[in-house]
Amino acid sequence: MASKVIQAFYDDDDVLMHAVKKVRAAKHHIEEVYCPFPVHGLDKAMGLAPTRIAITSFMYGCLGLTVAIVMMNYIMIVDWPQDIGGKPSFSYLQNMPAFVPVMFEMTVFFAAHLMVITFYLRSRLWPFKKAENPDVRSTDDHFIMEIEAHGNEAELTALLQQTGAVEINTVEK
Amino acid sequence: MYTFSNRLKIGSLVLMALGLLGMGIGFVSAPSTVEEAKAMVAAAHDDGHGGGHGEAAEASHNTGHTEAGHEAGSHDASHDEHLLHQLQNRPWAALYVAAFFFFMIALGVLAFYAIQRAAQAGWSPLLFRVMEGITAYLVPGGIIVFVILVMSVLHWNHLFVWMDAETVAHDELLQGKAGYLNPTFFLIRAAIFLGGWIAYREISRRLSLAQDQASDNSNFKKNFKWSAAFLVFYLVSESMMSWDWIMSVDPHWFSTLFGWYVFASMFVSGITTIALITIYLKSRGYLPDVNDSHIHDLGKFMFGISIFWTYLWFAQFMLIWYADIPEEVTYFVTRIEDFKLPFFGMLAMNFIFPLLVLMNSDYKRVNWFVVMTGIVVLLGHYLDVFVMIMPATVGDQWHIGIPEIGAVLFFAGAFIFWVFNTLTKAPLQPTRNPYIEESRQFHY
Repeated sequence: MASKVIQAFYDDDDVLMHAVKKVRAAKHHIEEVYCPFPVHGLDKAMGLAPTRIAITSFMYGCLGLTVAIVMMNYIMIVDWPQDIGGKPSFSYLQNMPAFVPVMFEMTVFFAAHLMVITFYLRSRLWPFKKAENPDVRSTDDHFIMEIEAHGNEAELTALLQQTGAVEINTVEK
Repeated sequence: MYTFSNRLKIGSLVLMALGLLGMGIGFVSAPSTVEEAKAMVAAAHDDGHGGGHGEAAEASHNTGHTEAGHEAGSHDASHDEHLLHQLQNRPWAALYVAAFFFFMIALGVLAFYAIQRAAQAGWSPLLFRVMEGITAYLVPGGIIVFVILVMSVLHWNHLFVWMDAETVAHDELLQGKAGYLNPTFFLIRAAIFLGGWIAYREISRRLSLAQDQASDNSNFKKNFKWSAAFLVFYLVSESMMSWDWIMSVDPHWFSTLFGWYVFASMFVSGITTIALITIYLKSRGYLPDVNDSHIHDLGKFMFGISIFWTYLWFAQFMLIWYADIPEEVTYFVTRIEDFKLPFFGMLAMNFIFPLLVLMNSDYKRVNWFVVMTGIVVLLGHYLDVFVMIMPATVGDQWHIGIPEIGAVLFFAGAFIFWVFNTLTKAPLQPTRNPYIEESRQFHY
């Protein structure tokens, strides 16, 4: 079944913000907003849930720290506790200062890279992905608000016209 | 305008009185003869308090004061005298650590304040009066520290070994450093540092108050220039101050990043104190325009500079531990042998605790979280100064008892009294600062 969406074009982020608030107040569901650059506070105005990517990053960091400790403990202390320049390889703790640079870097490495990969997965970004912008102007100087229509196009169009849209299109999807 | 609440005033006076009492007990109970010193140590052993001190004293004997007088024949006598000096130093060292710690908070705040002015920060002008209130303690605090240094030069105590001509005569290393480490030059340097810091503080405060009455921004611009110039002076003088006042209690040891390390410690303590006093004043309704975002920013600074401090602590420790050069490593050997709990405990308090508590963005906006972390961080940095000074002055005879707590209470009382008294002298919110509106609207 084909569904209809209404695309309202704006040429100013302030106008867009007001429009988003107005549309939300009128209890319409905003499908998506396309912007050429990040608009401060848009996520709050749209009522999007806060991101949890920082929490994943913390967990990845803990994982990296664990990997570093387990790896070096096995290699340097358990497997072959050789005397290298008089460093005390009797226990992990005794030789720990020498391991801290690796522990730190592994923590940062895991936290950063796995978080970025998480971001790509969650936002569905990859090299040969087909671009999803509904209108090329949304990457340059126009903001597009997309609202699903359920037979109330006339009413929605009137509302959007009031919010200062420069162009309103109805598109079959 | 802020009014100094009576309860706080009485509280600070009580702290000072208790502190004086504690310090007095410390000075009275310090031994004056070798026999008394031996009796004290023996009594401590009977109590079971100082378990293992005998062996530890033997182990760490060749550090600190009597390094020169070590002929085999006079071993016992020199050992006893060493013990006497350590016990006599204890109330002095307790006084010096606390005096320096609270002075260092004011100096750290001054550096933070100058940076905010030089960077033309838009969020902090709302807090400038709080910072100016804290830096007011530079004057009494600096004078007290200077007086303690003068008393050391006058041989009222044995905090600085190199001031003792007898010791220097037997110590070629100290003779080699006498060009820098000599009492006259030492006091001249201290006077220049203190004079420079206090001068900037007074000039900047005057310009800051004048800006409120002015019709243009010329005072603000002058303040910017003074702040930038001060930061250059501060960078050099703070580094030299840390060699003079702290590193020279261990005159056989040196470390190149020591100045930065002391700086990080005072910087984070200063920022923490700004946060605590701001939260206190806000809770009393005196800073209505300060919002959670300002506290959040201070929390971020506490978090970041705590990690910076740890970075420097570890960089200094790990380089020396790794190379293990005997003339450098004794510094950490004595600390790990005799000061294990404070030495590693402060790492938990100054690093792990703020790291885990202040990492979450939401927690930095919860006032009681910031207060709790702030108290732990301040205690941790007291221990930091403690571990810098005590091993060289009292060695394994250290204890956190009446003299130490008394000194902390006294200076805490003096600090609170002076800071809050200064806060009553000017409106808590600057009116004509060009960035004040941005600061009032600040949101993160």
